[in-house]
Amino acid sequence: MNCTKCKTKAVIGLPRHNAAFCKGCFNGFVHDQVARAIKSEKMCEKEDRILVAVSGGKDSLALWDILLKLGYRADALYVNLGIGTYSEQSHAKVTKFAEAVAASHGATLHLHTVEQEAGAGIKELAQLIHRPTCSTCGTIKRYQFNHVAIEQHYDVMATGHNLDDEAARLLGNVLHWQEEYLDKQGPSLPASVEGFAKKVKPLYRLSERELAAYALLNRIDYIVEECPMAKGSKVLLYKEVLNRLETESPGTKQMFYWGFLEKQSKKQPTVTTMTEKDRAVLHPCTSCSQPTTSEVCSYCKMMLRAKTVAPR
Amino acid sequence: MQVQLSHPARTVEVKGPKRAKELLRELNLVVEAHLVIKGADLVTEDEMLYDGDQIEIRPVISGGSPHFPFHLSRFTSQK
Repeated sequence: MNCTKCKTKAVIGLPRHNAAFCKGCFNGFVHDQVARAIKSEKMCEKEDRILVAVSGGKDSLALWDILLKLGYRADALYVNLGIGTYSEQSHAKVTKFAEAVAASHGATLHLHTVEQEAGAGIKELAQLIHRPTCSTCGTIKRYQFNHVAIEQHYDVMATGHNLDDEAARLLGNVLHWQEEYLDKQGPSLPASVEGFAKKVKPLYRLSERELAAYALLNRIDYIVEECPMAKGSKVLLYKEVLNRLETESPGTKQMFYWGFLEKQSKKQPTVTTMTEKDRAVLHPCTSCSQPTTSEVCSYCKMMLRAKTVAPR
Repeated sequence: MQVQLSHPARTVEVKGPKRAKELLRELNLVVEAHLVIKGADLVTEDEMLYDGDQIEIRPVISGGSPHFPFHLSRFTSQK
């Protein structure tokens, strides 16, 4: 199989684009897809300061790498969840990338360690407060990323969610007819109220396989193992089903998610509607000032309960 | 050829020669969810693999990242 562009030996075939690329042309394709995503969804400007949420996985490290190579001012935040060797390994991968690649672009890595603040790792914390681990993790990560973005005056926060993540989430929402969740499934969310950072997903045009290939080809050392807490997750099942469909019928995932985005964009002026809805129900948490629908936000309540019951 | 697999990590011996896509099919693995690496090089599905080749089949699926376009209910305090 030869590269569609330069006719040399290809390293990856992309059936959904009816194309194949060598390493150099594939890197060009990936960078172009991210640049198109940023431009078409008005995610950020060249002078903006971006905070990338990194986990040590392929998507977030590839995102940091791509943004830096495209010339953006991108720093990153890593949240150490305290999941034994998994967190130790992912922390090491992030630190290695920050020192070997990001530092030469003048980028900084911020760190937050759950155990230092909560007195326990995520698994123990979830048990202490009687909540599922993934839900506890989600609350902590969302809170900390938003917190650092606001405190450190970043213009926008970027996450490594890819086409597969978005298509799987959309499938889950549609299967359960959770229509109220669909408004916020776009790749660019405005800073709708004071205390919320703008959030973007510049990888929504790229599949998980393309991002794994990008990481491999560019020698980005990432954690291949899945999070041990994610075993049995419904999202993984939806991804598996979508990948079977994609293999039989290339382009299924992008038709599903991009088609949804196109329909949504015709349906309503999303940014205005979302901002109005958020402003109607959100107000500052009395403890930390981050926006919440109740008096004290779920993060502050969680930390209070953890500090009350956790042995220090 | 020696084929290294993940989740769980294991190595299996498969008789060559055969194309990468045939190897994936034989192992009941979906092309869209895997990369085939020969030695240190990423290869396409039509690449011919021979006995003596060191092959890694790397899964690409990751899961568990919290979504940020959260619905407002996520901000409601837990009771």
